[in-house]
Amino acid sequence: MTEHVDSVKTYVLVFAALIFLTVATTAVAFVDLGPFSVVMALAIAVCKMLLVALFFMHVRHSTRLTRLVVLGGLLWLAILLLLTMGDMMSRGWVGVPGR
Amino acid sequence: MASEAHAPAESLALREQFETEAQQKDASTLGMWIFLITEVMFFGGLFLAYMVYRRLYPDIFAIASSSLNVYIGAANTVVLLCSSLTMVLAVRAAQLGRTRAIVLFLVLTLLLGGVFLGVKAYEWNEKFVEHHIPGPSFHFEGLGPDQQGHAQLFFSLYFAMTGLHALHMVIGAGLLAMLIWQARRGRFTAEYMTPVDLIGLYWHFVDIIWIFLFPLLYLIDRHLKQP
Repeated sequence: MTEHVDSVKTYVLVFAALIFLTVATTAVAFVDLGPFSVVMALAIAVCKMLLVALFFMHVRHSTRLTRLVVLGGLLWLAILLLLTMGDMMSRGWVGVPGR
Repeated sequence: MASEAHAPAESLALREQFETEAQQKDASTLGMWIFLITEVMFFGGLFLAYMVYRRLYPDIFAIASSSLNVYIGAANTVVLLCSSLTMVLAVRAAQLGRTRAIVLFLVLTLLLGGVFLGVKAYEWNEKFVEHHIPGPSFHFEGLGPDQQGHAQLFFSLYFAMTGLHALHMVIGAGLLAMLIWQARRGRFTAEYMTPVDLIGLYWHFVDIIWIFLFPLLYLIDRHLKQP
């Protein structure tokens, strides 16, 4: 088998970045950024997810078909979350008689 | 038929339905990812429910969320990230065919997973003592009778999400124990280490779920609570 073997150094660096981001997200949670607190927390979480998926789960070495499946899954999750969010936020825009 | 004599012997790394070892490995990886995508949608429903109810009752959710211990949550996140590092090192050891290193790193992963579950059990016990378990004896200090139900919603989602995550950890721990047993018997070589690789993917996926649960449950409303 010709598999790509990453160095221990790569993994340790990714791990250090993950720990740093965990400390950063905890510290920044105590700062009042208004509505951007949620944005900040989720942005850091997405960065951590990408680090784990690309390096630890070897997505960066995987086949194009596997990458397509991963992206497809995230697309369906986005549809689930975004369309529901859009529905909830736009409910009050149009008055419905009898309600 | 003379061709039978030339057919290569079937091995773990190359079953007869595959052309090459690489093709078999890619098929296994793809299958695991498709399973993980179904898991994403499974947890996605809970994340959706959390999003909807947090939007409906933002103030109560902020107060209830701030009652969780953020330092324990952060420490447990670090424990889980450590277990992901040891897991990926186990996979690396398997790629290089180092049996003793595989066993060592898998045992470390299992131990760290156990620490995570232990801390989680401590947190749940705290909720039990504080009457923060949804049910007849639920009571959240400082909230009116009409607001108790909304606080119960937060804790219902908290227990559903962390509970389902913990269940995945328990299943993962069982899978790790099986891998350790098989690795000790010398089942994995540099040519065939697919189970280590795939269970590694599962373990990292469970880690990613926690990466999102931690900020959503513990952090995002922390700044609203006045010290």
